[in-house]
Amino acid sequence: MLKFILKRLVLLIPTLLGVVTLVFFMIALAPGDPARVMLGERANAEQLAQLRSELGLDQPLSKQYLLYISRIIRGDLGKSIVTQQKIIDELSDRLPATIELAITATIFASILGIVLGVTAARRRNSWVDYSTMTGSLVGVSMPVFWLALVLIMIFSIGFDLLPTGGRMDVRLYFKPITNYYLIDGIIMWFREGNSDYFISALKHIILPTVALGTIPLAIIARTTRSSMLEVLKQDYVKTARAAGVPEGKVVFRYALRNALLPVVTVIGIQFGMLLSGAILTETIFAWPGIGKWIYHSIGARDFPAVQGGILFISFFFVIINLVVDLLYSVINPRIRLK
Amino acid sequence: MSNNQTNNIIEEELIPPAEPGFWKESWYQLTRNRAAMAGLIVIAIFALLAVFAPLAAPKDPLEQTISARMTAPFTDGYILGTDDLGRDLLSRIIYGGRISLIIGIVSVGISLVTGTILGMAAGYFGGWVDRIIMRIIDIMLAFPYILLTIVIVAILGPSLMNAMIAIGISQMPRYARVIRASVIAEREQDYVLAERSLGTNNVELMFRTILPNTLAPTMVQATLGVGEAILSSAGLSFLGLGAQPPTPEWGLMIASSKQFITSAWWIVTLPGLAILVTVLGFNLLGDGLRDILDPRLRD
Amino acid sequence: MIETTTKNEAAVRQEELLGIDNLNVSFHTRRGVVKAVRNLRLNIKEGETLALVGESGCGKSVTAHAITRLVPMPPGVIESGIIRFRGTDLLKLPDKEMRALRGSKISMIFQEPMTSLNPVFTVGSQIAEVFITHEKLGKKEAFAKAVELLDLVKIPDPGKRALSYPHQLSGGMRQRVMIAMSLASPEPGLMIADEPTTALDVTIQAQILQLLTELKARVGMALLLITHDMGVVAETADRVAVMYAGHKVEEAAVEELFANPRHPYTLGLLKCQPSAPSNRGANRLSSIEGSVPDLLTLKEGCPFANRCENVKKECLSSFPEITRISENHEFSCHNPVTGSGDPR
Repeated sequence: MLKFILKRLVLLIPTLLGVVTLVFFMIALAPGDPARVMLGERANAEQLAQLRSELGLDQPLSKQYLLYISRIIRGDLGKSIVTQQKIIDELSDRLPATIELAITATIFASILGIVLGVTAARRRNSWVDYSTMTGSLVGVSMPVFWLALVLIMIFSIGFDLLPTGGRMDVRLYFKPITNYYLIDGIIMWFREGNSDYFISALKHIILPTVALGTIPLAIIARTTRSSMLEVLKQDYVKTARAAGVPEGKVVFRYALRNALLPVVTVIGIQFGMLLSGAILTETIFAWPGIGKWIYHSIGARDFPAVQGGILFISFFFVIINLVVDLLYSVINPRIRLK
Repeated sequence: MSNNQTNNIIEEELIPPAEPGFWKESWYQLTRNRAAMAGLIVIAIFALLAVFAPLAAPKDPLEQTISARMTAPFTDGYILGTDDLGRDLLSRIIYGGRISLIIGIVSVGISLVTGTILGMAAGYFGGWVDRIIMRIIDIMLAFPYILLTIVIVAILGPSLMNAMIAIGISQMPRYARVIRASVIAEREQDYVLAERSLGTNNVELMFRTILPNTLAPTMVQATLGVGEAILSSAGLSFLGLGAQPPTPEWGLMIASSKQFITSAWWIVTLPGLAILVTVLGFNLLGDGLRDILDPRLRD
Repeated sequence: MIETTTKNEAAVRQEELLGIDNLNVSFHTRRGVVKAVRNLRLNIKEGETLALVGESGCGKSVTAHAITRLVPMPPGVIESGIIRFRGTDLLKLPDKEMRALRGSKISMIFQEPMTSLNPVFTVGSQIAEVFITHEKLGKKEAFAKAVELLDLVKIPDPGKRALSYPHQLSGGMRQRVMIAMSLASPEPGLMIADEPTTALDVTIQAQILQLLTELKARVGMALLLITHDMGVVAETADRVAVMYAGHKVEEAAVEELFANPRHPYTLGLLKCQPSAPSNRGANRLSSIEGSVPDLLTLKEGCPFANRCENVKKECLSSFPEITRISENHEFSCHNPVTGSGDPR
């Protein structure tokens, strides 16, 4: 088992290297002169030359590549052209917001998805089944950013129930403790008996969660349903029934634990995708996370920033996928105990 | 943006070699699947409108009538209203359909061709060819799909064509995997060995003999892929990395009008609805195809 | 001590344990209605071993599932019939009471031990589950009893084995676990074994069968043994019922059937056995010509007609009535084999 883990960890390195290489070529192969693009039309030759040497653009490609790798290893992702701050710092600042949203959306999608999937499987061909299946298909057929806008139109503007953006009411000033506003809200509630922070954080996260979580919800529901249907056909379910076990227990204890195995993998992958794909949603909801930062960097043609942001997220993505793989082999006794 | 990626990774299927009547039987079963038929009808309507856009659209999608800007639907003869520059929304949506059709065909075409070549080579030759190709594929798949498209567009420069290329390349790994799996299953079959003993050369063997039998799962993937391409393109346009104004691409139409959600909801909502219905059609058909190609093995 | 007796006439009591009357089970599939079991009349006495034999698809498995009411009900329909278990009609029992019977008084083991055990639970906890369900024991107590049962079915080092997962055990051991599960009741009345040894190695087969007969004698339960292997029947059964295409075609005490088979199909089955005298020294095993009919397109008359050496005109038009030639022997045939056809 340990060997298995180690082997996968070792395989991680070439994958990460490949990712870094791909991102490196993003700047290297971009047409035109990056320095000019970044500084604009009015820059003079001296400024251009300075920027070029700063970025190492006057070096041969192979040297640039090695330089890049060495910087990455040290955790140096460069400086943003726009803000002149260290990119790694900017990203770390915004990471909690993105993670909080990704986790919340994943939890929402998982719980609802599993419940719907199991119900649909148990009552095959009922209206629950059909609506779950149809709903799932619709869910994966719409653009996330459109859904976000529609949700805002209905709930924020139409019914004025929920805010249109941001993480917290700007009038509520507080010093973040963990930077995860939902948790901070609860802490403030305990400490000062004031639930305003928590409520505000909650209100702000609902719409982005629903928007971001709809596609994972659809996928998780479908996967749960088909997995459950498969499992319910199996002989060991018949054995449990033949032993007189009540149907509820057969489904929720015996069948479900088997059915959830592939679902766990799906959830993990979806979480990884949420982390990396929240650019559009964060932008629309003005959610101060990495996605929104990348969006603005793209608009500002801040190449190092975009590059750094993509690299940062990709690393997470690769690592999450690995964790999901390992997790699966741990929870499946057939693999764990070979 | 990428919706079926997970499904495909988990559910890669192999099918037995095509027997005579396989396609007829499949078609018959498909017609019995109501959802798939609905999808097919939607796609047919979409395709017709796209091809005959100049005939179907009442006005020029690029023509601006500033005096008529932000007209609500069903007013002044504008069935779906106008946008902020006074352009007829219905016409723009219809022409947008044409663009989406092109996006679907080009992107899927690119992924299909490149994926087939790579998957074929990997599956057929095996050995180090296989290993290298799979390594490349694995690295591509290690990247989050959306970010991969962004990276490629960043390299090529923002435009609709480059967006299509980016999408095509990003989707390629799936086709490669599916084809490779099929090829590996087929290459030891009798009919292949028979052909080889007759002296057919490798290329012909790959494309003339084996390829037709790998069509089924590829068809499923391609159908679903068109829907995904449309969604991806919309996303890229939203980021400013895809279609550029004034192209009536559906995603771009939504993106450029998000400031009007309070004043002119139809400019934002209707193009999105167009995307939803169209992609839904492809998903319905793709699902139906997958259903008839897989449980046939079980029942 | 291990005893090699395989017959336990002394243990067979006279009361009826299970009585099946006029059972008809059909499956409504997309391609048509399949009549899997037709007009079945069968009974099992307390403590006896009844073997139900026939080729695949003859309805023996469906019968077993009907007794425990495990027939999947969307496609399956029990068109008519009574299944009496110690006087109570099982088919009319409310779900809850039926469940109480399953696993306690009526238990079942299946053919494929690998797929019949839940891969993500330890074998000990799966056996314990039966105790938890029926005797409302706590987890620890139930697990302890599970270990006892594993010992009873002769699994070495039961304490440790109980903590294993199914994939860590061999096929024979898994089947023992299944048997243990089916014994988890203080007084099981009927055990149904659906081809328990078909998926096992020949050497293990013998062990499992021996285990079954010992345990059966020990506990005093009856055994409905479903199989297609006449050799197994000879070793373990008191009585035999032969089924073909959903019908029961012959039923007799074991020795009587082997000595004096009357239905042509039974004769055919006996002759097919590798150990049969007709096969001694032969170059090829004798077999029955033709193949099992498609249950979808079955017409009136005897389903065996197209393969039967004794076929007459009436065989095509009507299914034969039951003929009893003794208290222990009945068959349904228009033109039975004459008494002298002794394949032994």
